[in-house]
Amino acid sequence: MSKRVLEIRKSVLGKNDLLAAELRTRFQAAGVTVFNLVSGPGAGKTALLERTLRTLMREGRRAAALTGDLETDNDARRLEASGATVRQIMTHGCCHLDAEMISTHIEGWDLAAFDVLFIENVGNLVCPASYDLGEDSRVALLSVTEGEDKPLKYPGIFHSADAAVLTKMDLAAACEFDLEAAAGNLRAVHPAIRIIETSAKTGMGMREWMDFLLEPRERLP
Amino acid sequence: MHELSIAHGLVEAASEAAREAGAVKVNEVRVRVGLLSGVAAPALQFCYGIAAAGTPLEGSKLLIRELPVVIYCPRCEREVELPSVQLFRCPVCGTPSAAIRQGREMEIESLEIEVP
Repeated sequence: MSKRVLEIRKSVLGKNDLLAAELRTRFQAAGVTVFNLVSGPGAGKTALLERTLRTLMREGRRAAALTGDLETDNDARRLEASGATVRQIMTHGCCHLDAEMISTHIEGWDLAAFDVLFIENVGNLVCPASYDLGEDSRVALLSVTEGEDKPLKYPGIFHSADAAVLTKMDLAAACEFDLEAAAGNLRAVHPAIRIIETSAKTGMGMREWMDFLLEPRERLP
Repeated sequence: MHELSIAHGLVEAASEAAREAGAVKVNEVRVRVGLLSGVAAPALQFCYGIAAAGTPLEGSKLLIRELPVVIYCPRCEREVELPSVQLFRCPVCGTPSAAIRQGREMEIESLEIEVP
């Protein structure tokens, strides 16, 4: 018996990353733009998505959504009312979505029939940061009721996002939300982050959000 | 708390490498984990024993090396280490930069194995 050191340099999430890369290739070949929405629980992902899907469908865009939760299909039922194609991913206790779950849940879908696909991640500001789902863009939501320092408390997820959507802006005054401080904290952890102020209730900022969703994106060659 | 699924992935990948190398025993697994990887080293350490139970890695030691975040500063034109993940600014000149050069890793570096 002899001892040996085996150099391997292998990514721990290599399997997920590989599958995510395959998904990305499939999404891009089908011409569908994919957004991964992440936030803490209750930040308003479903409310934003409800209004977003409604607006997209009304404007003749073909939209679909996968919505992740530990239990219940409440969110899928809420979102289906928009007319968009929706599937619930129940993770049964798992705190994040991974590429495998996405791959399983898009089975049978003709991806080319969609312009935009949203993946509503499990409400969690830690774990979803580590898992690539093959998305084009990751969007982190921050509601005004959560406090301005969330980005400093969870730098990993806000750093990994391309855009931050401030939600529930209609409550900003009541919560004494300090917009400047929140934006400063977001930029501290991600100097290039795009910040969009919205209210799914009043419709504030929805146009800017739509423009962000529909703008041309860099894709794989 | 997703360190248990991370630990399972780690054990799976390391077991595969050990098997391919013809190992009869694994003594040590070395990993490097960036401060932005989303993994807490103590939680991973805790979950490792659970994930390794009943696998060729059972009883092996997990050595975790944490990597600080390194960004590229466009003004200094060099890579600099961040003293805090809460402020993506060059600690030397103060220029903001999101150009990460290190800090997201979650990699198995090496295994110490025993071969016949």
